[in-house]
Amino acid sequence: MRSDAASHTAIRAEGLGKSYRIGRGPRASTLAERLVRAMHHPFGPGDGELFWALRDASFEIPRGQAVGIIGRNGAGKSTLLKLLSRITTPTTGWAELYGRVGSLIEVGTGFHPELTGRENVYLNGAILGMRRHEVARRFDEIVEFSGIEQFIDTPVKRYSSGMYMRLAFAVAAHLDAEILVIDEVLAVGDLEFQRKCLGKMGEVAGAGRTVLFVSHSLHAISTLTTRTLVLERGRVAFDGSTTDGLGFYRALQAEGAESPHGYVAHADRTGIHVRSARLHASIGEGIQRNGDPFGIEFELEVPEPVPQLCFSVHITDESERAINHFWIYGDGPAFRNATGRFVVRFDIPKLRLMMGRYTMSVWLNNRATHETYDLLRNVCPFEVTMDGLVRPDYDWSPEHMTYVEDYSWSVVRA
Amino acid sequence: MSDRQVVRIGAGATSPFRTLREIWNYRDLFRALGTRDLRLRYRQTFLGIAWVVLQPLAAAGIFAFVFGSIAHVPTDGQPYVLFALAALTGWNFFSNVLTRASTSLIQNPQLVTRVYFPRLILPLAVVPAALVDLLVTLAAFVVIALAQGRGFDARLAVLPLVVLLLGALALGAGFAAAALAVRYRDVQYLLPVAIQMALYASPVAYSASAVPERWQALYYANPLAAPLELMRWSLLGTPAPAARQLAYSAGVAAALVLIGAAVFRGIERSFADEI
Repeated sequence: MRSDAASHTAIRAEGLGKSYRIGRGPRASTLAERLVRAMHHPFGPGDGELFWALRDASFEIPRGQAVGIIGRNGAGKSTLLKLLSRITTPTTGWAELYGRVGSLIEVGTGFHPELTGRENVYLNGAILGMRRHEVARRFDEIVEFSGIEQFIDTPVKRYSSGMYMRLAFAVAAHLDAEILVIDEVLAVGDLEFQRKCLGKMGEVAGAGRTVLFVSHSLHAISTLTTRTLVLERGRVAFDGSTTDGLGFYRALQAEGAESPHGYVAHADRTGIHVRSARLHASIGEGIQRNGDPFGIEFELEVPEPVPQLCFSVHITDESERAINHFWIYGDGPAFRNATGRFVVRFDIPKLRLMMGRYTMSVWLNNRATHETYDLLRNVCPFEVTMDGLVRPDYDWSPEHMTYVEDYSWSVVRA
Repeated sequence: MSDRQVVRIGAGATSPFRTLREIWNYRDLFRALGTRDLRLRYRQTFLGIAWVVLQPLAAAGIFAFVFGSIAHVPTDGQPYVLFALAALTGWNFFSNVLTRASTSLIQNPQLVTRVYFPRLILPLAVVPAALVDLLVTLAAFVVIALAQGRGFDARLAVLPLVVLLLGALALGAGFAAAALAVRYRDVQYLLPVAIQMALYASPVAYSASAVPERWQALYYANPLAAPLELMRWSLLGTPAPAARQLAYSAGVAAALVLIGAAVFRGIERSFADEI
């Protein structure tokens, strides 16, 4: 009954599209609001206008192929994934998936803090669509993979977040599906465990399973996939080899204007404070390649002179550990004992951070009195990728995570 | 793998048969969610199982005081506490299923927006925990009745029918309420009021026979009336409802399940976008 072509195809999508209504305020969420609106616009077309999150996506993915999906924020990646996972339904078009679909939009969905690790494994497995006997058969494997054997009968509310994620990922990694649809799940856990998961996913991709993988991590995309779809404004802008796809994506990034990876103080903020911070990551949009120049530009507002004014920056990793600390203070900076607005540019010529996600914490304080004028936590998020780098000299372990060669400061009056 | 599963995704609606088959395919999820609720219910609270019994006992006590001692409501010759408790066990089952089903979607947004499964599983999965509660309260009732020198007979055999009727009525309304609650948050405020009203419109605190003759037909338009009276008949031997009244309740229950499921499926496609 099935044609030859279909038996080699895992996913086929034709003109897949999804629109939402936006604008004109939030949609009516109570009957009363609905009635009020109906009275005001008795013949209105409904709330707001149409926004196409995904439009006219057509592609065919053969069995056993690992495909990456990249694109900027709001390009439609999540929408595509949610459509293929059947979490939401398309407005136009159709898709067919030939085989058992396992979808991982996040790990640990449905984990309940009061239940033990064991109970959560069964619950989470069922939520992911596994049969009970499948979970039972692979239970020991799952626990072993998670590495938390001795806590398996402890309620997960007593787990550290790392243990929680390990267990959650362990269940997900044992999902037995012919087609795996995966979103960003690697953005969690410690590096050691991430490496283990990457390895496991590599096995999956290599085991003849079809994998569709959305990620911001270009490194993961380049490691795990051979083909890449680049989405841009809801459309498939590129479909081809991963190498070309990453190039296409970088070009897209370069032409992108204002990035959201900055910070702007509230307009009515007064006193000594950081007016704004802007990240200059090498690839753009908060993506930085290891070894590339990296910079941040701050605007400081100093309405009163402070002789001991000190400005410092931390780069913090995902577990909010400060891994670099830079500060500027003393006779040098123009903002010392002066008033006005200053632009502080901070540059690292070769950022040698290990791949991963980082943020900045920024302080403005008085060295003498320890008074803090401004403290920004977790601003300017960025991700360091190591794609395209020959990596024999990097051991994949957290100890080799940070090392910065040299850096310089420059301060001028704005 | 010659008969590989094919998943079709499109803008059109899926057939009811497909939905039923999917629910069957996801029966282990039903089981897992049911087990979860049971575990949480009987593990978290200090008094655990005792609460399940204490709640209806307290309600029966209040009813006994207000309706039995002050208002002297006729009880078909039964001691008031037993009389009220017999119907309260069934009533609690109904209101438990309805209430929990109605919030089953809005309380699990992470499931609805992160994974696919037939959404009807969520309201369905509240039934096991409610059933266990019912069994526990029934056991308490039996103990209390035996302590008072009462006996039971073969009439107990109709209890499954009562449970089926009450459960179907609760689920039918629960399906619709769960789906509508996603779109209109008022549902979660309206429903408790409606349930409270239904309690007084049903033969729980008083006997259906206490309703004046000319209102009887109207009274039995409430589909809960016949199964609750049947429950009291089976536990205490009070007058049984007429067969046609039971048939009517069964008809309403079946219709309600179909309508509720249709409403649910009508809104289902936009759950993840709206929740």
